[in-house]
Amino acid sequence: MKLISGIPSGPIEDRWTNHKFDMKLVNPANKRKFNILVVGSGLAGGAAAATLAELGYNVECYCYQDSPRRAHSIAAQGGINAAKNYQNDGDSVYRLFYDTVKGGDFRSREANVHRLAEVSMNIIDQCIAQGVPFARDYGGMLDNRSFGGAQVSRTFYARGQTGQQLLLGAYSALSRQIGLGKVNMFPFTEMLDLVLVNGKARGIVIRDLKTGKIETRTGDAVLLCTGGYSNVFYLSTNAKGCNATAIWRAHQLGAGFANPCFTQIHPTCIPQSGDYQSKLTLMSESLRNDGRIWVPKSEGDNRKAREIPEDERDYYLERLYPSFGNLTPRDIASRRAKEAVDSGRGVGPQNNGVFLDFAEAIGRLGKEVIAERYGNLFDMYMRITGEDPYTVPMRIYPAPHYTMGGLWVDYNLESTIPGLFVLGEANFSDHGANRLGASALMQGLADGYFIAPYTVGNYLAQGGLDKVPSDHAACKEAEGRVAGRIERLLGIGGKRTATSFHRELGRIVWDACGMARNASGLEDAVKKIPVLREQFWSDLILPGTGSRFNAALEEAGRVADYMELAELMCRDALNRNESCGGHFREEFRTEEGEARRVDEEYSYGAVWEYTGENREPVMHKERLEFEYVKPSQRSYK
Amino acid sequence: MNLILQVWRQDGPDSKGRFVRYEANDISDHASFFEMLDVVNEQLIEKGEEPIHFSHDCREGICGTCGMVINGTPHGPDPGITTCQLHMRRFNDGDEIWVEPFRATAMPVIKDLVVDRSALDCIIQAGGYISANTGNAQDANAIPIPKNDSDLAMDAAACIGCGACVAACPNASAMLFTAAKIGHLGLLPQGQAERNSRARGNCTNHGSCQNACPKEISVDFIARLNGDFLRAGFK
Repeated sequence: MKLISGIPSGPIEDRWTNHKFDMKLVNPANKRKFNILVVGSGLAGGAAAATLAELGYNVECYCYQDSPRRAHSIAAQGGINAAKNYQNDGDSVYRLFYDTVKGGDFRSREANVHRLAEVSMNIIDQCIAQGVPFARDYGGMLDNRSFGGAQVSRTFYARGQTGQQLLLGAYSALSRQIGLGKVNMFPFTEMLDLVLVNGKARGIVIRDLKTGKIETRTGDAVLLCTGGYSNVFYLSTNAKGCNATAIWRAHQLGAGFANPCFTQIHPTCIPQSGDYQSKLTLMSESLRNDGRIWVPKSEGDNRKAREIPEDERDYYLERLYPSFGNLTPRDIASRRAKEAVDSGRGVGPQNNGVFLDFAEAIGRLGKEVIAERYGNLFDMYMRITGEDPYTVPMRIYPAPHYTMGGLWVDYNLESTIPGLFVLGEANFSDHGANRLGASALMQGLADGYFIAPYTVGNYLAQGGLDKVPSDHAACKEAEGRVAGRIERLLGIGGKRTATSFHRELGRIVWDACGMARNASGLEDAVKKIPVLREQFWSDLILPGTGSRFNAALEEAGRVADYMELAELMCRDALNRNESCGGHFREEFRTEEGEARRVDEEYSYGAVWEYTGENREPVMHKERLEFEYVKPSQRSYK
Repeated sequence: MNLILQVWRQDGPDSKGRFVRYEANDISDHASFFEMLDVVNEQLIEKGEEPIHFSHDCREGICGTCGMVINGTPHGPDPGITTCQLHMRRFNDGDEIWVEPFRATAMPVIKDLVVDRSALDCIIQAGGYISANTGNAQDANAIPIPKNDSDLAMDAAACIGCGACVAACPNASAMLFTAAKIGHLGLLPQGQAERNSRARGNCTNHGSCQNACPKEISVDFIARLNGDFLRAGFK
């Protein structure tokens, strides 16, 4: 596996501009001769499909949901960053670039991050042109807020529904192209395999979820915009249908998987209430702007929150990080919450949370102001827990939320398989070991609107793409793999449901490869997961058939892939003998308990090559160079 | 708590459906309605039976995937929420709960409680957008938009496209859905160029849609749409 990142030379601020000029163009009259397959319809996929169609390409777009408007980008609450400096508080492209490289704990590629910061501004302009109703001030100008520990206010938002509004913007652009006949949309469709011809990505095998029909769609390039893999953990904030099947299938066929152990655990989610729990609900991080986080000072203190006197409370973030306080970055806030709960000071019926208390803010600002800022979040919390956060503190606990790792891509967002591009959360490119708040939406849209449309054109312009008929031997072979797999799943005839296997897998990965990791736990997990996988393939029960709508079959197929991906995550975490960002190895910490990076050895992206079922993967390294932002210990004291 | 469920089961679009009785036992009152269904489905799968198919995805009230009629009301008894946000503490031990799909000719049943809402996508494809190609945009702050207009546009834009308004409407009409989109775009300066070519009517003003809407979108937007429709006729 060759890793050529293709980073352009020259000063960092000129690289993307020069690269755009250097890339080849497709003649406008020839664009309609190319067929581009876009898998996923979230911010990355929806934006890419719409923009490529506007340019004149023929596009096919696929999503497992019943409509492209439902992709999980929709659930992002807080906002989207852009270096507009509308607030005149000293923001700039360079500052957003700097913050993102540092926030990623020096495990991302500088050139990619700088490009992201550059196009962040175009994104906001584009969204406004589409009619995205961002929040405004009374003068009619766009409002911004500080978010997730940023020292400047660069976050644009639409109430608590920013992801929804951005996705609906991309969806409207996509819908327009569907209406114009330039995009052929396939909802209720899942990609189950990739077709390679002469080593290039030339098609995908899809299953119509309503009818079970399997067919191959061929094209000149394939874009995977299929999101992250937090659902490996079973309980996460992802939608139930989010899955890793498309990227895993590509990985099995030769796409390198980079930094799978870089996962983000979001600090403010509602704690689990019982074994029946099917997912975790995120409460916007913005709550930390006014809420104070605390636990009782003594273990096993089961008094009600309001009965615990002030001097018996430990506001641990304010104590440990006086300058950032409750606004420390996500990885730190999450880890400290885990420590508090692990030390026996967790709160709530299951002692599995920490308090997020608004009493002081309500006293200072009044209930009305708090209701105006967070009313919808408070209502949501009340509905789920039955408790009123205006009178008792919220209980929160971290939950898997986002995956920085993903398929390796070069500067053009092309994977190690030629013609296979990976956009958005599905790739590994911009966030390093930790993503900053309000940067996921930015990256998805940057990739979709402003990067892939150029780089995909550059790939197509190089030619060598003879038409692949859908009865090509490679298509038949891939279809055979898909049919064989479905048959295998349906034929096991065991006793345990896919959900029960998934739950058990999730517990293993959460314990060994969640917020805190150590070598012995990871070694143990690397042994346990193949055993569980073996059980899965011999004891799964699956009703129904493959030739009809079968939700249980869909789930089982996804769980089968998690069984493999989970092992790779643990291997990656075991390999990385350092702590950085969301990857916290207990053996590698400073005296104050902070993450300790080992730059001399681990300043690289770990890119894994698949070598076959039940065989150890091979790791390759992409060395990271830091010319502009010198690696330093992140300090939020 | 223990509950009796009467659930609509239907094999496919052309099959005849029927209510099937299930028992859901030992359900925690902290569980969500879907987590209760998950428990029932696990038991069905363990018996080798097909689970109850229902639409769900984000399970936090924003994706718009879910929707079913519970005891005769789209999205169930609580106002202003999607089905996935409904929790079992809303019910009593021993309750009998009737669960059906959204019913409208334009949203045929695919299987059990899953319906085909692609008609709503068709409405957006026909004109629920501002024609702005990527790359053309001027600076985002070039046009100030009064906060009130922007806030009102956001009220309309909050629609999640779940189809509850259609299911609740005696005419099975998508007026509230359409009006919300036209309201959102028509309130903004960016939408003015195409405003007159997009308005469509008309409505018998029952208002059931507003009651069923999990995002509490107001029927005022339908009034606004009717106004636009009338005005567009004179242009």
